[in-house]
Amino acid sequence: MNAYNNQSTRPKSILASALHQVLPLMLGYIPVGFAYGVLAQKSGISNINTLLMSLLVYAGSAQLIAVGLFAALANPLTIVATTFIVNLRHVLMSAALAPYLGTWSKGKLALFSGQMTDETFALHATRFAKGELQAKEIFSINIIAHSTWVGSTALGLAASTLITDIRPIGLDFALPAMFIALLLGQIKSPLHLGVAIFAGIVSTGLFMLGWTQAHVLTATILAATLGLGGYLWTKKSSL
Amino acid sequence: MDQKIIFITILGMMVVTYLPRALPLLALAQRTLPELVIRWLSFIPAAVLSAMLVPILVLKEKSLDFSGDNIFLWAAIPTILVSWKMKSFVGAVIMGMGCVALGRYFFL
Repeated sequence: MNAYNNQSTRPKSILASALHQVLPLMLGYIPVGFAYGVLAQKSGISNINTLLMSLLVYAGSAQLIAVGLFAALANPLTIVATTFIVNLRHVLMSAALAPYLGTWSKGKLALFSGQMTDETFALHATRFAKGELQAKEIFSINIIAHSTWVGSTALGLAASTLITDIRPIGLDFALPAMFIALLLGQIKSPLHLGVAIFAGIVSTGLFMLGWTQAHVLTATILAATLGLGGYLWTKKSSL
Repeated sequence: MDQKIIFITILGMMVVTYLPRALPLLALAQRTLPELVIRWLSFIPAAVLSAMLVPILVLKEKSLDFSGDNIFLWAAIPTILVSWKMKSFVGAVIMGMGCVALGRYFFL
């Protein structure tokens, strides 16, 4: 996170600057993409399909969930529907970035959307808020991130015969650790902290009640609405 | 499972992943949003990340687990500290995975 907060230390060329900013994200992707490659290979998905999923779907948590479903011989429609629900959260992220990209053409927006993940979203949300909207740099960051994802999948495939269990090396904590780092970067005020805590509690509670698919989306909407209420309330009482 | 069916499933996954990513941007980017909507959207990243993270840390199967055996929960503490104090993304990921690996090696 520090790497892209500090503008003055950034390299001059666009590609080098993009690489510099995306490096932490790459290091977050590599273990997760690797874990996906290993698990996909073990669940009977061909190498080419495993790589195509990273290239075409490009959604870490959904891909890891899908691998489990393929291994359990789930109905393809179930897999697609689950993917849809898991990735529906991107609606909110996409909407959150929209105010910054008002001058972009539809074509550019369509290309940008295809490479919006939780991580690139968090990176761009931070950058856009600082007015860093240069398209070349944005697309460089996205292409490097996407390539890293596909590349680490390939590494996982190559290594899968050597690894019998990913748990002893802590690979399954890669995703939660990445979420922690991204989340701390988003806590901009006490109100944001409150929103995060509330979202976490509600999401957990809903999951325990059996909402194992819609818990994230529901908790997110409730918490953001509560945050807006809190903002309006503090604004009103300070007048 | 037949690889052809898997491939078609992947294409379906691609479509249902792309649409939620693209439609709001395409629909909303050309207009100015009301200030309240922008304010609401500013809470989304923190909310969605926490909503994804917290259940992973505190739940085992479908019940709360604050016991010493819940290695993800305890590994989260040094991960948070590294991420917060050192402001390092990479450090946080490495610290987290390292703690989980060590914890499993020594305690489980």
